[in-house]
Amino acid sequence: MTDARSAFIPSEQQRRLVARGIRRRRRAEWRFQLYGIVAIVFAVMMLGFLLVSVVSEGWSAFLQTNITLEVALPKDEIDPDDKGAEAIGGANFQALIEDALFKKLGAQGRDDEQLAARMLSAGSDTVLRNLVLASPALIGKSAVITIPANSDIDMAYKGRIRRSVREQDRQVKDKQFQWIDALATEGALRQSFNWRFFALGDSNEPELAGILGALSGSAYTMLVTLLLCFPVGVSAAIYLEEFAPKNRVTDLVEVNINNLAAVPSIVFGLLGLAVFLNFFGLPRSAPLVGGMVMSLLVLPTIIIATRASLKAVPPSIREAAYGLGASKMQVITHHVLPLAMPGVLTGTIIGMAHALGETAPLLMIGMKAFIAAPPVSPLDPATALPAQVFIWADKPERGFQEKTAAAIIVLLVFLVMMNALAVYLRRKFERRW
Amino acid sequence: MDAVPPVSIAESLVQAQLPKLTARRCNVFYGAKQALFDVDIDILPNQITAFIGPSGCGKSTFLRCFNRMNDTIDICRVSGDLRLDGEDIYSRDIDVVQLRARIGMVFQKPNPFPKSIAENVAYGPKIHGLVSSKSEIEAIIQTSLEKAGLWNEVKDRLQEPGTGLSGGQQQRLCIARAIAVSPEVILMDEPCSALDPIATAKIEELMDELRQHYTLIIVTHSMQQAARVSQKTAFFHLGKLIEYGDTEQIFTAPKDEKTQGYITGRFG
Repeated sequence: MTDARSAFIPSEQQRRLVARGIRRRRRAEWRFQLYGIVAIVFAVMMLGFLLVSVVSEGWSAFLQTNITLEVALPKDEIDPDDKGAEAIGGANFQALIEDALFKKLGAQGRDDEQLAARMLSAGSDTVLRNLVLASPALIGKSAVITIPANSDIDMAYKGRIRRSVREQDRQVKDKQFQWIDALATEGALRQSFNWRFFALGDSNEPELAGILGALSGSAYTMLVTLLLCFPVGVSAAIYLEEFAPKNRVTDLVEVNINNLAAVPSIVFGLLGLAVFLNFFGLPRSAPLVGGMVMSLLVLPTIIIATRASLKAVPPSIREAAYGLGASKMQVITHHVLPLAMPGVLTGTIIGMAHALGETAPLLMIGMKAFIAAPPVSPLDPATALPAQVFIWADKPERGFQEKTAAAIIVLLVFLVMMNALAVYLRRKFERRW
Repeated sequence: MDAVPPVSIAESLVQAQLPKLTARRCNVFYGAKQALFDVDIDILPNQITAFIGPSGCGKSTFLRCFNRMNDTIDICRVSGDLRLDGEDIYSRDIDVVQLRARIGMVFQKPNPFPKSIAENVAYGPKIHGLVSSKSEIEAIIQTSLEKAGLWNEVKDRLQEPGTGLSGGQQQRLCIARAIAVSPEVILMDEPCSALDPIATAKIEELMDELRQHYTLIIVTHSMQQAARVSQKTAFFHLGKLIEYGDTEQIFTAPKDEKTQGYITGRFG
């Protein structure tokens, strides 16, 4: 009796052992927490580096240096024979602008004039031409116009081309720097918000290149992707999870869907090229085809996420509905699917975010091309944001460097907006138990 | 079959009542494993029949045969002849939806839908098309909750989620939900096992009232509960119906040794 009882009263030695064990467990816990904190700090730092480098490089692309000039519009240069719009369309406005600039800068001689002309953007004459076309009454008088400065001048004014570099090694010469200073003090050279960046498509001139083409291309692609893969993915998942018999065939389908999620994205691009472009003859570079390829890419993600969240709906809810005489379809549409919806949306948004940043399949179907006009329908040639980043990153001009970073910023903002929408929808659908 | 006396229809006729539910040679298989062996039973109307027995004896499985809830389990197969008012429950002509409207069910764990109290009760009548106007729905919500003894507790918060109620209230909500489709039979699968004694007492009281209008079958692990509420008791063991008779007789003079053993607490 005494022996049996003493076994339950810890001896001094046992107590010490237990105390040591507790200390060890606490240390293990503390160590584990430390690992976690270190990991999080590291991850946040990396994210910080990424954001700081992208934003510091790209923010200035949202500003553009403009030159304000008073340009004389002599009638005999523009429209000597009173032909109206036809003559205005053919007139050499670039020469008029250049003349005005030469006069303003006091540029004389061939070298000076060449340097001065290089301060203007190639698109300047369009600005003046449109102005004159809109109000022909200006002919014979003069007009004050604000035109974008050439990208090199823009870069110099933003301090991205340094004066300390030897003159022969830089794009902007000493003389041009003097003119920049002179124009700036006079107020004729000034930075303003770069609306062209959001209003224009791609261009070979950095100061005229805009993100609109890629942005609308991406938006159309995402729209097509969502419209295709959400209904198809969710229905496939519901069928597989709720209706399909469990046999060899469905096992095979399941394995293949899981494998599909791991297929390199360029393979989907090849498939799009072979099937959608060559076999079905759909247009090249079109967001429609891009969206179709992307939906193939996203489908496995959506199906897997949807099945997982359908599976996670507690069986008691199904039983309750069945017990009341609900049909299978009613159980699914009234109870199971609404409860699974937050998970379905999360899966969809992860897939869509993946598709938004995906570049490889776009290369294969021609969505990585120089396309100046922004698309107005999913059938027009277009490019997408990641492809635009890729294109601009490839360009040698200094001006495209900040545009590349700016395109990345736009891409990230697009992504954050998509995620915010998903979080909002998830909150809306979420139900408490 | 060993010493189990078969339940004859004549016995029920003595009470001048036709059985509400009958089962003859009911066998249930889960895949290759047989869960029920040749169960014969007659369930009388407006009575509470209790199924008792140790865990895994097949009483819940048998209960779920009556409203074909076993259909939802892929590997489950039911054979035998089960009838509701003489109609074959497993015949091809029977619509499961119709059947489950006639035979309601309350589960072990309270499982209200994550919707409002009103929606919970109104769901059954809505899907069966029993109600059309808003006033009809409101009336059915009120009468069902009243019958389930919950009306006074929730009448001011019908739009609040049913999941916000206490466990006992949730279970009564589930009973109200089952009553709302006006079933003839209510199957209860251990309805009080997740509840405290006070909530249990309320449900038991409620069951006694429900007996006036419905036929009830209750699966329970509590022999006291079976003794308190039921008129008939069936004892299951290892998939077989060992003994079935008046509750009083089962608990005072069981004919079978195993029944005796179980109710005196020698096993189970």
